[in-house]
Amino acid sequence: MLHCANSSGKNRVLPSAIAKPAAKAQAAQPTVNPLTELSSATTKVASYDVFLTRYLNPDGSLAAEPPAFAKDRDTARAMYELMVRTRLFDKKAVALQRTGQLGTYAAVLGQEAIGVAIGHALAADDIFIPAYREYAAQFARGVPMHSILQYWGGDERGMAYPAGTPSHHDFPLSVPIATHIPHAIGVAYAIKLKNERRVVLASCGDGATSKGDWYEAVSSAKVWNLPIVFLVNNNGWAISMPSHRQTGAQNYAQKGFAGGITGEQVDGNDVIATRAVLSAAIERARDGGGPSLVEALTYRLHDHTTADDARRYRPEAEVTAAWERCPVKRYKAYLETAGFWSQADEDALIAAGTAAAEAAAQTFTATQPQAPEAIFDHLYETLPKSMAWQREEVRARGPVGGGH
Amino acid sequence: MPNITLIEAVNLAMASEMRRDPSVVVLGEDIGRNGGVFRATLGLLDEFGPDRVIDTPLAETLVAAMAIGLSTQGIRAVAEIQFSGFMYPCVDQVVNHATRYRNRTRGRLTCPMVIRAPNGGGIHAPEHHSESLETTFAHMPGLRVVAPSSPARAYGLLLAAIRDPDPVIFLEPTRLYRLFKQPVEDNGEALPLDTCFIDRSGSDITLVSWGAMMHDTRVAADQLAAEGISAEIIDVATIKPLDLDTILESVAKTGRCVIISESARAGGWASEIAAGLAEHGLLTLFAPVMRVAGYDTPMPLAKQERVYIPDVSRILHEVRKVFDLAPK
Repeated sequence: MLHCANSSGKNRVLPSAIAKPAAKAQAAQPTVNPLTELSSATTKVASYDVFLTRYLNPDGSLAAEPPAFAKDRDTARAMYELMVRTRLFDKKAVALQRTGQLGTYAAVLGQEAIGVAIGHALAADDIFIPAYREYAAQFARGVPMHSILQYWGGDERGMAYPAGTPSHHDFPLSVPIATHIPHAIGVAYAIKLKNERRVVLASCGDGATSKGDWYEAVSSAKVWNLPIVFLVNNNGWAISMPSHRQTGAQNYAQKGFAGGITGEQVDGNDVIATRAVLSAAIERARDGGGPSLVEALTYRLHDHTTADDARRYRPEAEVTAAWERCPVKRYKAYLETAGFWSQADEDALIAAGTAAAEAAAQTFTATQPQAPEAIFDHLYETLPKSMAWQREEVRARGPVGGGH
Repeated sequence: MPNITLIEAVNLAMASEMRRDPSVVVLGEDIGRNGGVFRATLGLLDEFGPDRVIDTPLAETLVAAMAIGLSTQGIRAVAEIQFSGFMYPCVDQVVNHATRYRNRTRGRLTCPMVIRAPNGGGIHAPEHHSESLETTFAHMPGLRVVAPSSPARAYGLLLAAIRDPDPVIFLEPTRLYRLFKQPVEDNGEALPLDTCFIDRSGSDITLVSWGAMMHDTRVAADQLAAEGISAEIIDVATIKPLDLDTILESVAKTGRCVIISESARAGGWASEIAAGLAEHGLLTLFAPVMRVAGYDTPMPLAKQERVYIPDVSRILHEVRKVFDLAPK
């Protein structure tokens, strides 16, 4: 269940975190039995409500009494540290690209809270099927920072993800839009088949909801009541296309109802709300409650990727205004008010996070290239004999070209 | 040993492997209670239950994607697509994900899965039901493409496909589904996935084909035999990876080669084989390698499908050209 004001039991001053403090959004209603006699020509057969959850206002003040995890000093601090470390990593990655040391990179600036929330909401055994901006979640699940740099630097080893960490059974980040989302159906079906208590979280951006692949997954998940959370990072822009040019739907959450699953919105720049909503959806799925869809409202403060120049299509005033909703600033204000964070903590975190990003960059740039013939080594479990000559030709030819 | 059709052999292989390996599931549209539109999955629901015999919503991208998701979790997914023309929505999933997860994750996630579909025309089916897709899939790195031409090979190759650790596209010759029977023993023995079959030995010309066209090729070879021409037939049932060596050995013996394929001519798998012969077997040839193939048009609707699909007369026509250039 969602954590709302009344759940604390003592503090009723703050309103509920959900914009409409009513029952949960309703799933699909049964349609009218065609044999029932109707009293009018047209009868309402279904309606759906979409709720938005927020605990932290943009200035960091409380919109509602926060859930327990946000009142736990260590947890609250750990979430902030991951958010800031991710932002510092992101800054380093962009700098590497700008100086010719990294290929095209998709920045996460402004959306860090969502990755942090995923990382903290998923259990180790759960399976994360990411798009390509949830670095914070990947870091939380054991992906080293240098692996992300390796990936965008053009090295498959950046998707190997270390054994012994939750990321080892996660999917690699996925560049084609929405095509990874229906994999969640198969993964979750396998979980049910094996009677495991695991949950799949599959994430994508707002543009992905325009694709049929995404809809085939959302439409079918409830058929088997699969333990899936579909997360839509609505950052307002799909490269140059704003949300209102993407769909006529009022919001992306409502697309879940078309598939018979609950869709809800959360302020994706409020890490407390995002974690609370994702945790509720994940645990509901784990307990047999089936799939749900969460639309996290955020904003892409950076260009789409380093190959993009958003000034071509996006008003600067919109970006300036969006900085006022920055998830880092907002959460820091909460921590300070709660007495969980000091300037000394901040200074130490900036120093450590900068050093970590720098170390990741060092590891990345110092990585020895793969052997040329490695392009064949994971093509099949055993390379077909008819391809042996190709591998041998590449091996004999040796290293070619530069690359990054 | 039961005498069974090709579609019964497909059914037998799935049932046999599902009995042997509890991690095998089948999925697709109408494959449960209905037993599949061609009845390939007949009886599987009753024997193995709805958890392992999965009726999916009507969504081909989902079917392929679900097989991918299942297979990454160690479930051996055997997906059915009802008709070959409906496989195109699967192409994105196969080329961008099924064939790449092993490579992208350096072996961390793999896709031991099969997508089965009827392939080719000749049964007067509606539009978009009769396409030949082997070349489309054969061009994708990391994939295996298999096209059996007999009940025994369908059984043994499907077992191999299900057991293979990598994704396999299994294209069943629609018009051979019930054309003839063959004794097939349910012995659980798989056939190799990287070796052409020498379907018939001969000495004067090599006829190379696969799938449904193997039937017409065999009939053509019978007619040639009556004329005193000994044709060797090679069944390229394992289209990708291609076993060119077996074809080269045959051509080194016969010096003549005609390749017969139902799919469109330009850039087709017959062209790939012909190029291989040009590169590695030119000096053993007495005459140019000729191709008999579908025309470079869409598969016509039923009334014209026989115009498109090569037949015995077209095969013999190309064979005669070869012997005109290089008499026996």
